[in-house]
Amino acid sequence: MTDKLKLYGKEFESRLLVGTALYPSPAVMRESVSASGAEIITLSLRRQNPEQQQGKMIWDYIQESGCQLLPNTAGCKTPKEVIALAEMSREIFATDWLKLEVIGDDYNLQPDPYGLVEAARELVKRGFRVLPYCTDDLVVCRKLLDVGCEVLMPWGSPIGTGRGLMNKYNLQTLRERLPDTPLIIDAGIGAPSQAVEAMEMGFDAVLLNTAIAKAQNPVLMAQAFKLAIESGRAARNAGLMLKRQTASPSTPTLDMPFWQQTVTAGENA
Amino acid sequence: MQLLVNGENVNLNDGASVAALLQQLGYTGETFAVAVNGDFVPRATYDETTLSAGDQLDIVAPVVGG
Repeated sequence: MTDKLKLYGKEFESRLLVGTALYPSPAVMRESVSASGAEIITLSLRRQNPEQQQGKMIWDYIQESGCQLLPNTAGCKTPKEVIALAEMSREIFATDWLKLEVIGDDYNLQPDPYGLVEAARELVKRGFRVLPYCTDDLVVCRKLLDVGCEVLMPWGSPIGTGRGLMNKYNLQTLRERLPDTPLIIDAGIGAPSQAVEAMEMGFDAVLLNTAIAKAQNPVLMAQAFKLAIESGRAARNAGLMLKRQTASPSTPTLDMPFWQQTVTAGENA
Repeated sequence: MQLLVNGENVNLNDGASVAALLQQLGYTGETFAVAVNGDFVPRATYDETTLSAGDQLDIVAPVVGG
């Protein structure tokens, strides 16, 4: 059975997308991304002087990774900033793909829904393939689809918190009401168990960074998340049993030894 | 004339182009991109894009990101 992730006409085996930031070293980052099996990685752009070498390091890694690049607009607060950074990203990274971020609040890095829709509309006009980092609000998500986004990336919880799926009711609503839209849980996933849960709920993929990068052993945690994503996806495809209120024995009760038809003391009398 | 490049003051000949500025500052290769006063300047237009005193430039390069 083929069960590939399809985003903007491209197919991927892996349903785990990973960020490249916060690792203890570039070598650990490379090994972790490889261990995660991710085929899509996020990157960004920042001011840089010619003598700084990080740009070169990242560039060299990009060339060898073979991954689909997903540049972000992290830190942007207005559509104007987003458009400029998006155009610069497209020129450097040679891809139309963009993780759209418009931050509306510095404290919890909550996406600005108004800015998102405005920026997405313009970016789609300019030919970008926009993957917006958004809240779990159904109406905002619909607006993003209306302006031409084909993929949505609702947050699990605020970036870097590791709190998992904060509002499962909203997320479940998104999944049920937008059954044909690829939905990627982006941000807030702190443990593989949370990633499994997202996949069991029917989300198409998970994007995370901090949970791997800040683990005691990032490479091992990358493997753990790879397995979690595969496990959760298989469970979703298999179909979970329905929950029930009362116990129900799994072992046959028929022909149970030691069992005798008993009579109560009252009946003996 | 004086410009702000990545938040720092830079002196450049009046009427110089983006290409001249990049050469003066030592930017080579293709792993950077430029915005002037918040607007993207495509690589193909560096020669023809002239700068004015007080312009604010951002020159960015790839970094890790989440």
